[in-house]
Amino acid sequence: MGSGGLIVMDETDCVVDIAKFYLDFTVDESCGKCAPCRIGGRKLLNYLKKITAGRGTEQDIADMQAICDAMNKASLCGLGQTASNPVRSTLRYFMDEYMEHIRDKKCRAGKCSRLIQYKIDAAKCRGCTMCAKKCPAGAISGELKQPHVIDQSKCVKCGACEATCKFGAISHA
Amino acid sequence: MISLEVNGVAVSVPKGSNLLAAARAANVKIPTLCYHPDLKPGASCGICVVRQLVPSRNPADNGKFVPSPKLLRACCTEATPGMKIITHDPDIVQVRKTVLELILANHPNDCLQCPRSGSCELQAIAADFGIRENPFPKEVVHHDVDKSTPSIVLNPDKCIKCGRCAEVCQEMQNVWALEFIGRGEKTVMAPAAGVKLADSPCIKCGQCSAHCPVGAIYENDETAKVWAALQDPEKVCLVQIAPAVRVAVGEAFGMKPGALTTGKIYAALRRLGFDKVFDTNFSADVTIMEEGTEFIKRFTEGGELPLLTSCCPAWTDWMEKYAPDFTGNFSTAKSPQQMLSALAKSYWPEKNGVDPKKVHVTSIMPCTAKKYEISRDEYMSASGQQDTDVVLTTRELARMIKAAGIDFESLPEEPADKLLGAYTGAGTIFGVTGGVMEAALRTAYCLITGDAQPPSIDFQAVRGMDGVKTATIDIKGTKVNIAVAHQMGPQERRQAALRLHRGDGVPRRLHRRRWPALPGDGRGPRPAHRRPLHRRRKVDAPHVAPQPRGPVPLQGLPRRQDRRAGRQEGAPPPPHRLQAGRGLQLLVRPRVAYAQRRRPRRFRRGRSFACCLLPTAASSRRG
Ligand code: SF4
Ligand code: SF4
Ligand code: SF4
Ligand code: SF4
Ligand code: SF4
Ligand code: SF4
Ligand code: FES
Repeated sequence: MGSGGLIVMDETDCVVDIAKFYLDFTVDESCGKCAPCRIGGRKLLNYLKKITAGRGTEQDIADMQAICDAMNKASLCGLGQTASNPVRSTLRYFMDEYMEHIRDKKCRAGKCSRLIQYKIDAAKCRGCTMCAKKCPAGAISGELKQPHVIDQSKCVKCGACEATCKFGAISHA
Repeated sequence: MISLEVNGVAVSVPKGSNLLAAARAANVKIPTLCYHPDLKPGASCGICVVRQLVPSRNPADNGKFVPSPKLLRACCTEATPGMKIITHDPDIVQVRKTVLELILANHPNDCLQCPRSGSCELQAIAADFGIRENPFPKEVVHHDVDKSTPSIVLNPDKCIKCGRCAEVCQEMQNVWALEFIGRGEKTVMAPAAGVKLADSPCIKCGQCSAHCPVGAIYENDETAKVWAALQDPEKVCLVQIAPAVRVAVGEAFGMKPGALTTGKIYAALRRLGFDKVFDTNFSADVTIMEEGTEFIKRFTEGGELPLLTSCCPAWTDWMEKYAPDFTGNFSTAKSPQQMLSALAKSYWPEKNGVDPKKVHVTSIMPCTAKKYEISRDEYMSASGQQDTDVVLTTRELARMIKAAGIDFESLPEEPADKLLGAYTGAGTIFGVTGGVMEAALRTAYCLITGDAQPPSIDFQAVRGMDGVKTATIDIKGTKVNIAVAHQMGPQERRQAALRLHRGDGVPRRLHRRRWPALPGDGRGPRPAHRRPLHRRRKVDAPHVAPQPRGPVPLQGLPRRQDRRAGRQEGAPPPPHRLQAGRGLQLLVRPRVAYAQRRRPRRFRRGRSFACCLLPTAASSRRG
């Protein structure tokens, strides 16, 4: 992850999210003297944000690889040269996870909140309307005593509904 | 000489050369964006990367040289013996291209409205790399454009953070007006402490705009004002051209360097619609008489010596801000531009029966600081209104001529208009460093000794003081020492100033000119790599090795005039004497004869200039 250290993670950590975390740090630390690090770092971070928000495209991966290469080879000091390492190594070893984020709009670790989908299991739902009352976005609709449904386009992934449902009918993935 | 290998070709370069020079020796021009030959490499763009071949660590390779995965920046890497360099391979080119695309992604790219379009280094390199579309999303942070000075405009949106402007301003000019503010992606180039340029110690010398690779700092364009005046049927439009302009205009039209185009410029100005075309050389003569007479007065009656003189308003500004205890030594004569304009708005209208209020004076000058001079204080309105209305630099004039569609090269040679147009030729040497002083001193010599033939002045370069030369002439048994210094730069000026303070080898006159050589195109010298090869050496030569940073240590020294009068430091200064030069009175009318003090009230002796503390206190260099 850049420093040469080893970071042990289990499947509840999302590599894209981790890369974003490290890059956030290096963008903050860049002194701003040289273009690859000053501009490249920010651009890379923006790509990662875009991917974790579910708006990534396959072209973004190629662009990120070009930026990583330029930052690594053309930055002046160690910070810029290694700033892109978290992205480089995760791209190399966890490309499948990036592709899941981009193609399937899925974060398997459930870390990228924008990619989570809350779903109501119609079999378990008793139609108590509690979740619909709690939802800040008004994304849940349904008749009393009938199974409710979540409008994914309105949902802001706050998780309030899941915490509210006493019957365990709501889950996320 | 250092021998190394570039792309397999053996080359040798002088010791201390960087890899750019080594590559040039092997017929490779490595693309650069932030590097400028006049300046220390800033190494901030990352375009100039090259690859080194290093001995393989794999024992199987038997010490063979293999390409290193890391790249070096050629601009800031010194050539060392035996080095092996690869200047381009597909990987290097791709890295350079990506860096360039990143820079362009944060750049406004509005070339069509840009003052640098056509001479922009970023534009040129983007064309070289054939950038057609940029994969990276556009993010331009908007800042306010700083138009607070009449001379230069700072548009941080276009800044690529190369750092050249700060380097010239701090190291060459020793002004410390510009500095990087903020860090990381929030870095902006701005005057220190976040003030406007007009409130900064900036002396409007324009060197930052001459070195900026892009359109982030540029000279203020005032051609619209001149077109408006030419359009106005009420106005009588007069124009003056400065000695240094006559060569530069020709160059702007692609004529061979050194071609004297004086007559063609007069003709072009008439065709643009100016009613009368005057030559600043006339008032250069006036200045010489004035300064010569002033020197005689100080020399014979005991005034403050040494006498300091320069026609450059940037120099005057520098001295007022950084060495205010020398203002008493300034010559009281105005610059030729202001003398001619004052005459053109008082003497000329009276002689020609024109209402002075209808007279509009444009002056064509080599430097942006002249734009600031015309409104610097109340003395610049000696005729009752602002003496010079608009100052155009050579480049602005060239643009006007092009916009009017005048075919400059085929114009006939025409003479200047009379009265304020005839000159002796003594003023022509104004364009060279020390010229003003030399001309004035020769005049003074003749006036004192009564000889018709002035002596020739033989200058000697001062050993160990780059950019300073001295001479001694004998005026009726008294030896007069002269020192000529160029550049605001730290070293030589400081030494000259300290020598003066100590009183050893006191030069009686010290003349400074802003810049080492003839201005190239109206913004001062052109960036050296844009200059024709055969002219480079001349202008590059006086470049001073960078010196330790910091302000001039003048504050603690006793003031010269205090010391002479035996007064304690800090005692109130004597009432100031207005010294009206006699020379101008003899030449023209008394009304304009008061060679006004250049020093405005707020800079009176004994009050230090607050701004000069700003840059050093606030400038923390980034690592
Ligand atoms: S690579 Fe180093 S010098 Fe360049 S901007 Fe980043 S931190 Fe600054
Ligand atoms: S809170 Fe649970 S049971 Fe009640 S309506 Fe919502 S999903 Fe159905
Ligand atoms: S996650 Fe929040 S916004 Fe989405 S449906 Fe549940 S309560 Fe509403
Ligand atoms: S600075 Fe150069 S690249 Fe930028 S808009 Fe101006 S001409 Fe174009
Ligand atoms: S005009 Fe001269 S003094 Fe002013 S910022 Fe530019 S280089 Fe510095
Ligand atoms: S203003 Fe111009 S010279 Fe100064 S850092 Fe920006 S691009 Fe470079
Ligand atoms: S030219 Fe070498 S880093 Fe910019």
